Amino acid sequence: MEALINALPGSAAQGLIWGILAIGVYITFKVLDYADLTVDGSLATGGAVAVMCIINGANPYVAIAAAFAAGMLAGFVTGLFHTVFGIPPILSGILTQLGLYSVNMRILGKANQAVSVDQYALTVSLRYIKEACITTGICCIIIILILYWFFGTELGASIRATGCNQNMARAQGINTNVQKVLGLVLSNGLVGISGALYAQYQGSADVNMGRGAIVIGLASVIIGEVAFGKIFHNFALRMFAAVLGAIIYFIVIAVVLQLGLSTNDLKLFSALIVALFLALPHLKGSYFAKAGSRGGKKDA
Amino acid sequence: MLRIEKVYKTFNPGTINEKKALNGIDLVLKEGDFVTVIGGNGAGKSTILNMIAGVYPVDSGKIVIDSADVTKLPEHKRAKYLGRVFQDPMTGTAADMNIEENLAIAARRGKNRFLGWGITGKEKQVYQKRLEALDLGLEARMTAKVGLLSGGQRQALTLLMASLEKPKVLLLDEHTAALDPRTAKKVLDLTEEIVEKNHLTTMMITHNMKDAIRLGNRLIMMHEGRIIYDVAGEEKKSLKVSDLLSKFGEASGGEFSNDRMMLS
Repeated sequence: MEALINALPGSAAQGLIWGILAIGVYITFKVLDYADLTVDGSLATGGAVAVMCIINGANPYVAIAAAFAAGMLAGFVTGLFHTVFGIPPILSGILTQLGLYSVNMRILGKANQAVSVDQYALTVSLRYIKEACITTGICCIIIILILYWFFGTELGASIRATGCNQNMARAQGINTNVQKVLGLVLSNGLVGISGALYAQYQGSADVNMGRGAIVIGLASVIIGEVAFGKIFHNFALRMFAAVLGAIIYFIVIAVVLQLGLSTNDLKLFSALIVALFLALPHLKGSYFAKAGSRGGKKDA
Repeated sequence: MLRIEKVYKTFNPGTINEKKALNGIDLVLKEGDFVTVIGGNGAGKSTILNMIAGVYPVDSGKIVIDSADVTKLPEHKRAKYLGRVFQDPMTGTAADMNIEENLAIAARRGKNRFLGWGITGKEKQVYQKRLEALDLGLEARMTAKVGLLSGGQRQALTLLMASLEKPKVLLLDEHTAALDPRTAKKVLDLTEEIVEKNHLTTMMITHNMKDAIRLGNRLIMMHEGRIIYDVAGEEKKSLKVSDLLSKFGEASGGEFSNDRMMLS
């Protein structure tokens, strides 16, 4: 029990870092209605770019900005695959993700690149968990506020309309392809930031650090929705719910590890958690019907 | 206002599913024309509307709206000329967004969208007044998700969205077909009112021949991708459903009996 309580701050810090990724996944999966698998690649890209920047003497904040840009570029490529070349959404993401493995190897020069908190002034580190929680918490709040503003603008509303009903969006003069690319760019930019913070937190960037990231992202979004969907209606709070979902996810992981689950079995456990949370509302018959669209048809 | 010249369209050419949807359509609409379009299933009514809107490209021919050649323009660029209401009440609105947000998106049709506010307080007041005019009580539910509205309410809202920024041409694709008779009548009355008040050039597809005769100043009948009957003014006003049926019988010959159900 005591070990578990000691593990909690670490779970919170990890949850907050992955919460930024969860916000990114929320944008594609919930707002844009696009299952984007680029995430597994762009997380590692963000981490790789940030670590290489820091090692080469860049300020950690500059490194995070570079990771943001690299993530956006990855999202842009997925967007082009889908909109210009007509590749289905899931496949577009998989292609980018696969290609990014080589790109990430090129960036890092090897499979794993350490960045020590003793040598460099990192923004977050697991050596200083309390500070890491505060920094990433502030980061999440700033990102949510900016996104809340952005999705209230004409451009943000266009992205939302595109995710909701492409026919309507086009009939109202919205270029849906541009909106999809924008959403993917924004989402993967955030994933890049998440990767940059995560690499610093664990003290290294690894080409495999993104493996399964999309599952964790989806888990966070869905857990957040199941736990807080009834009480959080405001758009900003819904994004915040995804962050809380990520924290809950990592606490659950800490608990099952304490209960004796092997770390090797974690991925299987994660996949099952996500499957369970995806299935629960579906079995209740409400999840996949978008709010109202089923009811509306009945009334029509 | 709208000029369609020799438009041809074949779907799935060269395959077993080949379908000649439009077989050389020529049509000119004057400003303020309200044209009702009738015809059996597969006559090409919806296809011609979709061609005007740019949902698919034409095989050949030309489409000119308000002296601008739009033949090569994608759907979203033609939107600035067009107001559209669809058969399926789900199609015209964004269900997960609220009423005022849907209206704000429609108000920006044909304009550049950047980082300005998606909706302003002043706009909300305007929308409130416009919604009041619909007389459906929607003005009190402006922040309700559109997905919560009934089919008729959604069609009424879509109509309002289509006319919020005055379109050069209003395209109505059987927009009352999915509604119950009472709601359909209400939406149709509303259509008449909005078209009249804004003096809109309108094309309306309908399966109801009485409506086709009663509404508008001109009627066209389509069959197998062609316009087979085009009547306007006094001649149209004096039409009877039986005239249309016999006209349709002449054109379609043996298929008449099959299509009769669709038309009446």
